[in-house]
Formats: sequence, structure tokens, C-alpha cells
Amino acid sequence: MNPTAQALLHFLQTWWVELVCAVVIVAIVPLIAGYVVLVERKLMADMQARLGPMRVGPHGLLQPIADAVKLLIKEDLVPRDADGLIFWFAPVITMVAALTAMGALYFGPAFRVAQDINIGILFVIGISSLGFLGIILGGWASNSHYSIIGAIRSTAQLVSYEAAGGIAIVSALLLAGTLRIPDIVAAQFDSHVWFIFLAPVGFFIFMVASIAETNRAPFDLPEAESELVAGYMTEYSGFRWSLYFLGEYANMIVVASVATTLFLGGWLRPFPNIHWLRWLDLLPALFLGFVGVYCIYRAGKQPVKIQTGFMWAVALACFGLAAVFIAPWIIAPLRFALPGLNGAFWFLFKVSAYIYVFMWLRFTLPRYRFDQLMHLGWYILIPLAIINVFSVGLALLLESEFGLNRWFTMIVTTAFTLAISLFLVRMHDKRTAAASSAAAVPSDSYAG
Amino acid sequence: MLDSIIFYFFAGVAVLSAALMVTRRNAIHSAVFLITTLLATAGIFLQLRAEFLFITQIILYVGGIMVLFIFVIMLVRLDAPIHQLRFRMQRLVAILVAAALGMEVTVILLLAHKLPGGGLLIQGSAPADRLPANSEELAKSLFSNYLLPFEIASILLLVAMVGAVVMAKNRRRTDEP
Repeated sequence: MNPTAQALLHFLQTWWVELVCAVVIVAIVPLIAGYVVLVERKLMADMQARLGPMRVGPHGLLQPIADAVKLLIKEDLVPRDADGLIFWFAPVITMVAALTAMGALYFGPAFRVAQDINIGILFVIGISSLGFLGIILGGWASNSHYSIIGAIRSTAQLVSYEAAGGIAIVSALLLAGTLRIPDIVAAQFDSHVWFIFLAPVGFFIFMVASIAETNRAPFDLPEAESELVAGYMTEYSGFRWSLYFLGEYANMIVVASVATTLFLGGWLRPFPNIHWLRWLDLLPALFLGFVGVYCIYRAGKQPVKIQTGFMWAVALACFGLAAVFIAPWIIAPLRFALPGLNGAFWFLFKVSAYIYVFMWLRFTLPRYRFDQLMHLGWYILIPLAIINVFSVGLALLLESEFGLNRWFTMIVTTAFTLAISLFLVRMHDKRTAAASSAAAVPSDSYAG
Repeated sequence: MLDSIIFYFFAGVAVLSAALMVTRRNAIHSAVFLITTLLATAGIFLQLRAEFLFITQIILYVGGIMVLFIFVIMLVRLDAPIHQLRFRMQRLVAILVAAALGMEVTVILLLAHKLPGGGLLIQGSAPADRLPANSEELAKSLFSNYLLPFEIASILLLVAMVGAVVMAKNRRRTDEP
């Protein structure tokens, strides 16, 4: 056997778990994205006192699959004056960037593709930011005014909010002292508290920036329907459009995972250090069992017989999953799988909660105007993020030099951050008020 | 073996897309090939286990600077001015510079063993995969041995940034009646 084949075989032997995980991610993310869309439509319907999709499957549960089939068999239009190669390639960049970023994430202590990346969090953020190249190039290659305005808006938005988000991450990284994802989670375990409570300002800034980076309402200016048709995606149809769509939702999962890892304790359960709360580890199974019971309760109320059967099937699936979660408690040899399973549950639970907040904000807040968006990014979030990093560093210094309590220093410095930023905002408001009273400035929607 | 396959892949992509970047007529196409060159170079950094350099290259160059390049190219119509502004002797100067660089590289490669310190190969260097974590080492050396150059560079960048802001602001003020 020649050395190349040997190296390849060795590679396969040592990496087969990672390969399987990678294939699972690539195969499952489109499905998850489809169901995230369904959840979003259902939530929107609920908040607007409607029913949402109800026709395909019971309560519209098969709607994503019908949508996927529709998108696949739609005609693939390419505008005559489009730049062929770039038009063809741009959606692929967005999708590949989001999936590659997922490769470095840990969806629980055992469910990950790449192991032991020393720069884990930076890798995820850097690679997922490449997705914007797809948006910009796609908008340019479409050769359409709506597309290019959408693309330019998205570029400006990316550059402004990536700065704020990147600086906000530093506050959590200072607390963790490392870039490796498992070590960040371990640091939150060791400090007995999630970093959201130690650096609330950092979490807030990261959350706002991540909404802006994923182009979602209230910052969805690159694809504002009422102004730009569909922004950079205007000329795209069929499968290419769905690639953009998948990339966007995959990106949402990525930023939610980054926020969960950095600020929400990763795969740790609530109060991970308190022993008498160990019964919380049973919560995943109880939760799934409750969902199953509820499905059975609803099954009798379905109008059509086939829908009743479907509800029973969903209930059985929930019970099956609950059995998987409960099995390690009963069968001793399977005990080793318990942290992995529970970790994955808590991680996905937190990611879902984060995405739920995204959707909630989308249906609650009206869209920003572009100059307001730029103003918020440059005049408020970036200075706030810099002050926050400074004060978190100060708190850590006080803790290590004078042995003060970490909680005490954190509360003091958070108050300090908020006080300084309020002062700066007041100063800025006064100055702009003075300037606008001196001379009425014509509105420039691309200012900043 | 696997290492050299990876190296030649990235190096080939880098050289090929660098050549394509220079020869494309469309500015956006050039920018795209510049991005592939930068990504391939980042891949070589990663292969050398310089993971911090790899991700810095991607975040700064591809995610930041190239995005701004494309932004400017899209905002400014380059088709008309590119013909007016073209420097006439450009081709001659380009050939001269390229020839000089090529000569330099060839001479260094041919005479490497005569260089002081045993040429291009560093004696007794540790294999890349046994080195300590790159980002920590970089941070340590930046904040201990090279603290003064680091601070000077950061002040220089700050001055440049403030200068750019001041220039942009002044221009607007004089524009207004």
C-alpha cells in the first residue's frame, strides 16, 4: 500500500465520527430550516390572531416539505444581462459559508464535527461572515437596481454591525480566557454562572448585532419588501433562491449557537453546580413526554381521521425520543451517553429560545430607517461595546489584584458602563439637537 | 504526502487566481479572484498550524477589506474612468517590476545554500503540529517582547482612522452652503 492510500485510510479511521456528523449536518440543516420557517409562520399567525398554514398535514406540519418540492420544480430564471458565473455561484457561497461555520460548533459535548479547534469561536464568526460575499455578489450579478441597493445596504450593515458584535464578544472571551468552545463552556461551569449575568451589556450588544447580521427584522433593510421587492434576492427564483433562504436560516442557527455558547452557558443545564438540582437532568424526558401527551389530547379533536392518525404518530415519536433520554437512567451500561444527550437537549433548547426571541422581535418592532440603523450602530452600539470591554477588563483586574468578589465587581462595572454610555448619548443628543436647530440638514439616507 | 498535496492545491489555487485577477477586464471578477487568492493563502497558513493568522486573514482581508473593495467598485462606475485614467507606460513598468521580482526570487532560490544561517531551511525547527497553541503564543509575544512596536502600530492606525474621519467631516462641511 502506498503512503497516500495509507494516510487516507488513517484519516478515515480517525475521523469517521466527524464525517458522519458532517453528513448529518448537511442533510438535516435544510429540514430544520424548513421547520424553523413553519414555526415562524405559525408564531406570526398566532401574534396576529390568525391560524397560519393549516392545509398541508395536520396544523400545516408538512408545509415545509411541500414548499421544498415547489421550490425544486420551479423554473430557474436567469436575467438576460446577469453576470452568468457569479449569478450562479453567489447563493452557493452563502450556503457553504453557513454550513462550514456549523462544522466548528459544538451542539452539545458529544455532537460536533471538528474537534479541538483552538480558535473555535473566531472560526465560526469569521467563516459565517463570508456569507455576505454571496449576498453582495448576487446583488451585483443580478444587474437590477433593487438587487444592487439591497446588496449595498447589506454591505454597509455588515461592516457596521460586525464591528459592534465582534467587540461585544470580547467581553465574554475576557471572562472565559480562551477561544476554544469546550473551554468557554467549562469556564462558565467553573464560575458557577452563565456569562450573560456577568456581562449583560455584552450580551445585549451581541444580540442586536446578530439580528442585524442575519438581516432580520427590525434590521431587514437589505430585503425590505415594501421598498425593494426582495432586495438582493429579487432576480433569484427556484432552487437558487432556496439556497439563499437556507443560508439565511442556517446563519440564524449559527449566531444563536454562538450566543448560547458564549453567554447562555452552552450545553450546561440551569444551575449546573448545585447537586440537589440533579433532577433537572430528567427534564428533557419529561418535556418530550408532556409534548406527546398533549398530542394525544389534541388527536381526538382533529376534524379529519388521517390527521388524528398523524397526531398519534407525532405523539409516538415524542415518546420514543423521551425513551431515548430516559434509557441511560435505567440501563446502567448506557450511563455514559447521559451527559451527551442532556447536553444536546439543553443546547438546542437554548438555541431555540434565542431564535424564538428573534421571531418575537420581528413581529413586534417596526423596521428601522437606514440612517437610524447606521446611527444606532456607529453612535451607540460600538462606543457602548468598547466601554463594556474596558469595564469588564477593569472588573477582572480588580478581582485578580484586590481579591474582590466577582459579582460585586461585575455589578459595579455594569453600572459604570451604563452610566458612561447614558452620559455619552445625552451629550450626543444635545450636540445633534444644537446642530439641527442651527441648520436644517437635508436627510441623507446613506449617511454614515 | 497528504501535507504536500494540500500545500500544492492551495498554492496552485493562489497562483492561478492571482493570474486571473490581473487579467480579468471586469473589476468585480478581479475582486472575486483576489478573494480566492486570499482564501488559498489562508489555507496555507492553516496548514502551517498558524490558525490565528488564518482566521485573521479571513476576518480582516476577506470579510472586511474585500467587502469594502466590492462596495466601492459597486458604488463607482469604473467602466468610463478606467480608460481615461490608465497610465500609458503601465505595461512597460509592470513588465519591468515583474522581471525584477522574478529575478530576485530565482536568485534567492538558487543561492539559498550560500545565505548566512544555512539558507531557507531553519535548522532544528520543531514540527508545526507540536508547537504550542498559536493564538496564545502570539498574544504573549505581542504583549511582552513586542509591546512597544505593537502599541506604536496601534497608535498609527488610530491616527489614520481619526484622520480619515476628520477629512470626511471637513469635506461635508464645506460642501454645504
